[in-house]
Amino acid sequence: MCGIVGLFLKNKSLEPQLGSMLSQMLISLSDRGPDSAGIAIYGAPSRNEAKITIQSAKPERDFRGLEAELAKAIGTPVTIAVKSTHAVVRTTPAKIDEAREAIQTLRPDIRIMGAGDVVEIYKEVGLPEAVVDRFDVRGMTGTHGIGHTRMATESAVTTMGAHPFSTGADQCLVHNGSLSNHNNVRRELIREGMTFETENDTEVAAAYLSSQMAHGKNLGEALEGTLSDLDGFFTFVVGTKNGFGVVRDPIACKPAVMAETDQYVAFGSEYRALTKLPGIDNARVWEPEPATVYFWEH
Amino acid sequence: MPATKLSKTAAHDHASRVFDLDQMSLRELNQALHNLTPGSNETAWEVLNPKGNHSVAVGVDQPITIDVRGSVGYYCGGMNSGSAITVHGSAGPGVGENMMSGSITVKGDASQYAGATGKGGLLVIEGNASSRCGISMKGIDIVVHGNIGHMSAFMAQSGNLVVLGDAGDALGDSIYEARLFVRGKVDSLGADCIAKEMRAEHLDLLQGLLDRAGVTGVKPTDFKRYGSARTLYNFNIDNADAY
Repeated sequence: MCGIVGLFLKNKSLEPQLGSMLSQMLISLSDRGPDSAGIAIYGAPSRNEAKITIQSAKPERDFRGLEAELAKAIGTPVTIAVKSTHAVVRTTPAKIDEAREAIQTLRPDIRIMGAGDVVEIYKEVGLPEAVVDRFDVRGMTGTHGIGHTRMATESAVTTMGAHPFSTGADQCLVHNGSLSNHNNVRRELIREGMTFETENDTEVAAAYLSSQMAHGKNLGEALEGTLSDLDGFFTFVVGTKNGFGVVRDPIACKPAVMAETDQYVAFGSEYRALTKLPGIDNARVWEPEPATVYFWEH
Repeated sequence: MPATKLSKTAAHDHASRVFDLDQMSLRELNQALHNLTPGSNETAWEVLNPKGNHSVAVGVDQPITIDVRGSVGYYCGGMNSGSAITVHGSAGPGVGENMMSGSITVKGDASQYAGATGKGGLLVIEGNASSRCGISMKGIDIVVHGNIGHMSAFMAQSGNLVVLGDAGDALGDSIYEARLFVRGKVDSLGADCIAKEMRAEHLDLLQGLLDRAGVTGVKPTDFKRYGSARTLYNFNIDNADAY
């Protein structure tokens, strides 16, 4: 199974509630996947800083003193905001790649959840409600976000096997389904120079889209490519810095419902994820067509 | 197989029994429905705030009416035996799955595999139905006012599927003896499914189905009939290499 949700706000009025809306949507789908849960939130952009979301199984050990050590290593001020097993590292955009490398050197056990100008990614083993509470997702503001609750099929139940998967700056993806050609596609992407953190099929889908967009395709074109290049079952919901996309494989056995109003576009594996959204009774509600790309950009 | 036409008149003699799913659990609703015995006076039921819940009014086996005010999730009215269910909203996957008799009307759209494996009764979708509508149907009658998605009536065994709009790819793949009537275009036919002659008996049958589904202003002659070419019924030794 697995449950996936997405919410893309069209104007600022609901931005303060993005975290609470997305949390509620994900929690409503808890019985679609009890193994692990995760959420990516796209916050307000800032010209002066970019972010890296990091994770450690031993946060007390790994996060202590990291701020000062990292600032010294890259020669630029850094702030680190710790949230349970995760932390958000902020520094100037020009230093973000250097900071990423320095973190891996200073603390080899830290895993990178994602990085970019606006995205923050939180994921852990456990039910959606526990994960949302642990990272105080309800209080987060933002422009759009995606979430996932997992029933594992293709790889181990671990933090790193949870969704969303992020393989490019401000890019991330959640997936309901399973891919059958992910080993081949992974090998091709490794030859291109991409790196992988897990054996998970969904990470390959995320990396495929990152690779396509790195080659100049827009989100819609990259999603179109999944229909010919990825084999298996999938409903994908994807976030980029300013975009939000949905695509289902041609067989489309993984469920999907969307709703659109003047204020938002929302996605849920099931309609019950959407029932508490404002104005849902008058929203346009539809099931996305198989093999059809939907995307919105700010 | 002609389905029994349900009388709704009895329902109007009694006040509806109202179940608000914001106040009560789905289990309480379904248990109350299952507790009904033949001859019960509680013949009219209303369900409020379904909010996409799964399995609303599954397994009802008494000739009552149930009005569901809103959209439902998976398997609404599954295994229905004799009740007349109306969903005043849209339905999730598997609405009316394995229905035995009675009727289900969905005022909005239906998700995938509506009426799957249904053995009897009438399922009416007033909007569109998505993929695999009527998959493995075994005697149910399904009338869709809008379009149906791909792989509909896959391995359909008997019963009738009537579509006022269009059908997606691979309609009637590996079909047995169900009859398919489509008014609009068919994206493609599945293996062993072919267009067939519409004879007088089919026009009569179709008119009866349209009448029972409350469809007006549509003529049976507007439809094309599709069914099995019956070439997959028996093993053909020339195909041995394919296995």
